[in-house]
Amino acid sequence: MKGLLIISGLGILAMLAEIFKFKKIIFPLVLLGVLGAYVANFMEWNTPLSISSFDNMIAFDKVALAFSGVILATIFFWFIMANDYFENNSNMIDHITLVLFAVVGALMLTAFKNMTTLFLGIEIMSIPLYVLAASKKKDINSNEAGFKYLIMGSFASAFLLFGIALIYGATGSFDLMQIRAFISAHSAGTMPLFFYAGVVMLLIAMLFKVSAAPFHFWAPDVYQGSPTVITALMSTVVKTAAFAAILRLFLVGFGGVTEVWTMILVSVIALSLVIANFSAAAQSNVKRMLAYSSISHAAFMLMVVLANLRSNATLGALLYYSLAYSIGSIAAFGVLYNVTKKGDESFEAFNGLAKRNPLIAACMTVAMLSLAGIPITAGFFAKYFVLITMIGTAYKWLIILAILTSAIGVYYYFKVIIAMYFKPPVETEEVPVELSQKMVIILTTIITLALGVVPGFVAEMFSF
Amino acid sequence: MLNGISINYYLLLSAVLFIIGAVGVMARRNSIIIFMCIELMLNAVNLLLVAFSTLHNDAAGQVFVFFIMAVAAAEVAVGLAILSMIYRNVKNIDTDVLTNLKN
Repeated sequence: MKGLLIISGLGILAMLAEIFKFKKIIFPLVLLGVLGAYVANFMEWNTPLSISSFDNMIAFDKVALAFSGVILATIFFWFIMANDYFENNSNMIDHITLVLFAVVGALMLTAFKNMTTLFLGIEIMSIPLYVLAASKKKDINSNEAGFKYLIMGSFASAFLLFGIALIYGATGSFDLMQIRAFISAHSAGTMPLFFYAGVVMLLIAMLFKVSAAPFHFWAPDVYQGSPTVITALMSTVVKTAAFAAILRLFLVGFGGVTEVWTMILVSVIALSLVIANFSAAAQSNVKRMLAYSSISHAAFMLMVVLANLRSNATLGALLYYSLAYSIGSIAAFGVLYNVTKKGDESFEAFNGLAKRNPLIAACMTVAMLSLAGIPITAGFFAKYFVLITMIGTAYKWLIILAILTSAIGVYYYFKVIIAMYFKPPVETEEVPVELSQKMVIILTTIITLALGVVPGFVAEMFSF
Repeated sequence: MLNGISINYYLLLSAVLFIIGAVGVMARRNSIIIFMCIELMLNAVNLLLVAFSTLHNDAAGQVFVFFIMAVAAAEVAVGLAILSMIYRNVKNIDTDVLTNLKN
């Protein structure tokens, strides 16, 4: 809860910076604030607020605190990674404020207890991101990305709202616990038909938001057109928050009607795995490739929802996955941002990077190995934990499909590594990377390796 | 029963409005019309929420409608800003011009 309040206050402070002329110090101030929010969030771990705040609207239990921790850690690294994007921007304050408010929405999504907070969280997170996606004013690609994101986002929101309205009509409440109580009080078949329709519409809306196939068509365009740092934000913070929300919504809220959504979820996971990996292999633009790769990661994270029957091991699996994926993505996008500064976003931009910047190339290699799921990186254990949770379910064939499609994943991630190490460089001088960015890239790489060496640490956080 | 009309009719009306909006978003080419169709979808939801709110004798549904209105206004404000930006760059707001990003 304190983390949410601190980030909200920080957003308002950032808006005041323009008026009261402390623009110069706002960036370090924001970094300190995010760090403070992280620490405050961490302090709450052993004494989570037992009372739900705001009339049962929001409750920071351990699950919410853990996911908030992932989001706050990611956004801290992200801010350092994106610092020169802000410095070279005339509207620096606006951008910082928008990002901070997007994080407020993300934190709300980890902790909602009521459909109102779910809806507001999604919108508070999304609306700043529409602006940020379109923030390169003169660049028509960025405009197009923002426009598509907005249309698809509000389209999905309309589905979400219709679903919420139908569920409200059936249960008479927006409260997640009361909806749960309603479901357990009624046996199957006695609930009105439109309740089931509402659950399905909510599921579709949430799948839109996490860009799982076949609701993924907007994601590659939006990822490609947005400024690279904003793409990094979308594929880390937004993904983590959306999955925390899905987990809560479908396991706490609709855990009693699994028969309605399981089959949809299974087919979406299978489709996402196949479509994402085959399409990613066919891309020539690295950002687009990462967009498709994020769809395949979404499929893995959805498996946790499928497998989870409120057991703590599976909660740990999702937490570990989102942490590993976020940290690995920050490293990958940090390198990508610096390499593609001149505008070339194809695989050729990486040619011979190992000769030009050996250290950065090594970091990128680790990040790619992690995203591909090669052992001793965090990505391997993330996939391993998820697939382990799947063993107990009736959908063991998904495990085989996941492993087979991951093999295709290795192909396109290795295209980057091969370009860096075995292709001759076009230019020979070093790609200029700011010291602070270099630090973040190296630090996130080390964390990726460390999470791979001692994977139990995070995964067992919920073993209480 | 609401004023002698079964709740199913409200449900049906909202669903029809919602579907008209959804089809409009997918089929129309003019960006402004697309925004109007999204508004139509949201207002279908508002209608449904108000109907259910009256049915349950519960104010929460109507409060939710205010949230939806506020958020819809924010969304359209952002959307129109993006549209005017697009118009400045390409002098057109049909979705046909927005096809630069593809495989």
